[in-house]
Amino acid sequence: MKIGCFFPNTMATPAIRMFRRLEGVFCVYKPADVHWKLVRDTIETNLLKGVNATHPQPVPREVRFLVSSSDEPGAAKGLRVSPAAVPVLSKHPLVTGPEFQQIKVGVGHRLDTSSSGVLVLAVGNGNKTLNDLYNTRITRDYTLECEFGMATHDFSHTGRVLERSTYDHISEDKLERVTAMLEGANQKALRMYSTVDMGSQEAYEMAAKGLLGPDGKSAPILTGLRCIHFQPPKFTLEVQCLNETQKYLRKVVHEIGLELRSTAVCKGVRRTRDGLFTLQDALTRHHWSAADVMEAIYKYHSSKRNQKKILFPIRESTLETSGSRLTGTHQNKDAAAG
Amino acid sequence: LDVAEEYSALEEISDEEAAGISIPANIPPASNSLRDYVDKSETLTKLVQLGVHLWKLEQRPNVGSMLLRLDFNTDVAPRLLFLKQIGVENSRLGYIITHNPFILTADLDNLQARVNYLKSKKFSSETVASMVSRAPFLLSFSVKRLDNRLGFYQQQLKLSASNTRDIVARLPRLLCGSLEPVKENLKVCEIELGFKQNEIQHMVIAVPKVLTANKKKLTQIFDYLHNTMKVPHHLITKFPQVLNTKFLRLRERHLFLEYLEKAQYDPTLARYISLDRLVSLPDETFCTELALATLDDFYLFQKTL
Repeated sequence: MKIGCFFPNTMATPAIRMFRRLEGVFCVYKPADVHWKLVRDTIETNLLKGVNATHPQPVPREVRFLVSSSDEPGAAKGLRVSPAAVPVLSKHPLVTGPEFQQIKVGVGHRLDTSSSGVLVLAVGNGNKTLNDLYNTRITRDYTLECEFGMATHDFSHTGRVLERSTYDHISEDKLERVTAMLEGANQKALRMYSTVDMGSQEAYEMAAKGLLGPDGKSAPILTGLRCIHFQPPKFTLEVQCLNETQKYLRKVVHEIGLELRSTAVCKGVRRTRDGLFTLQDALTRHHWSAADVMEAIYKYHSSKRNQKKILFPIRESTLETSGSRLTGTHQNKDAAAG
Repeated sequence: LDVAEEYSALEEISDEEAAGISIPANIPPASNSLRDYVDKSETLTKLVQLGVHLWKLEQRPNVGSMLLRLDFNTDVAPRLLFLKQIGVENSRLGYIITHNPFILTADLDNLQARVNYLKSKKFSSETVASMVSRAPFLLSFSVKRLDNRLGFYQQQLKLSASNTRDIVARLPRLLCGSLEPVKENLKVCEIELGFKQNEIQHMVIAVPKVLTANKKKLTQIFDYLHNTMKVPHHLITKFPQVLNTKFLRLRERHLFLEYLEKAQYDPTLARYISLDRLVSLPDETFCTELALATLDDFYLFQKTL
């Protein structure tokens, strides 16, 4: 039973060759209200189907000597031993099972069940790359669809309603003032969490390049927050953040509501970018077959080869890994909300 | 004194004697897998040639040992001949044994009695053959149990005999599984979803799978159809196949149509979209005919949900 990472045979079967082409990192679009594990399992099943469907190896044959005793009268007294090339059934696919019975598919930063958006997955060797990627500082982009007027216990629109309030007094510039204030507070937190001494020359240089920030685990920090659509009671926010969880983002929406002396809930959390992987590269549900995944991984490998080392300031989605290329202004593919 | 004859290794012996020396077989006395025995056992070899998935069967406890102990000529062959006699095709024999290996140890008289019972209930021979091919466990149930189930479907759903035969022939699984989930589904349809008896009857005759569907999925789809898409009961009864689809598929198609302002499911109004076409058409046809948009637009729209 192969687990898909160690191949003791020296001969590479077509299935193994196909598996090699599947190793890498890619991203899918997770639909809302689907557990991320279900997505991962579906992808694994589809990859197994693809890999096991390759042309099966012919069953090896061995030469055995079949003894036949002569019953006919008058036949030669001696023994007739005839050689025959007989297939060795212990290597037959119906006896050994399919070549691959499990494939290691790892998940990047998780999305909770009610959120949707870009979810990064890695196959086989790609898991190592995924681990390295997540140890560096990556920012992610989210689009939050929110609504004024309610407060619920879990900050989403399906929770138990705790409070209702009016929102007529809220205008767009009041909202912008609040978002600017939050952004400023978060920038301050960014400087606080970085491990460099604030008064040093090094800190100044890093801040000028936009590399200031926490290393590894820290509290969630929003590096960018703005309102892209305002139509009371509905409004849409765009967030760039580090080390976040989706629940934290919903809490931020709730706090914005409180700051405006009203209440707000988050109706939808949609991740539009996770590090290098954008909405454009994400595979929708209909493209989760082995062939589509192979194409996505090929694109990823070829883009890695073409990368140059470019660093952008943290304001516009920084990614600090060696040799990674960024899109300066990413395009959001969401249709106008509402 | 008799000198004991000693055999030296280099002594020449005749061919018959050579073939007659028995070499102890190279098979382990106990093993986890049938791989070690398949070359030496006639039964296992013939089963592989029939297309039985031995790798699946050896994972079940006791099945492997049972298969090894069978003798092909006395145990396996008569039952295979019996299956062929009732009309099962050769290509299906492997499938049946893979899913129900215990059919090879069932009593032949019992198997015959069950087939006779089904024929007495006016199932034609071809129907019996097709039912056995698709539900390998069918013949492992006693006559009493089969009778119980047929009676249940006929009474609970108040169907005529020929309708009962029809749904059982199309979904032979109905006779194999337990009746509890079916009873629950029927209760859910009546009480929670609010369908009338004759509506449930009509739906079951059209799509028998509704009886064995997952209760949670059924309620989820119905809730979306009725409360979000505002489809009334009588339309759902007319197109029961919508209850059989994947929820995600229904939701993304409906939201796409709603975005294009084409979500109109009332047959009395203009530009009506029928529910069965909504769920059963493949993506491309759905886009070009119902939504009047391109497939790429549909995929882009999915990324905004």
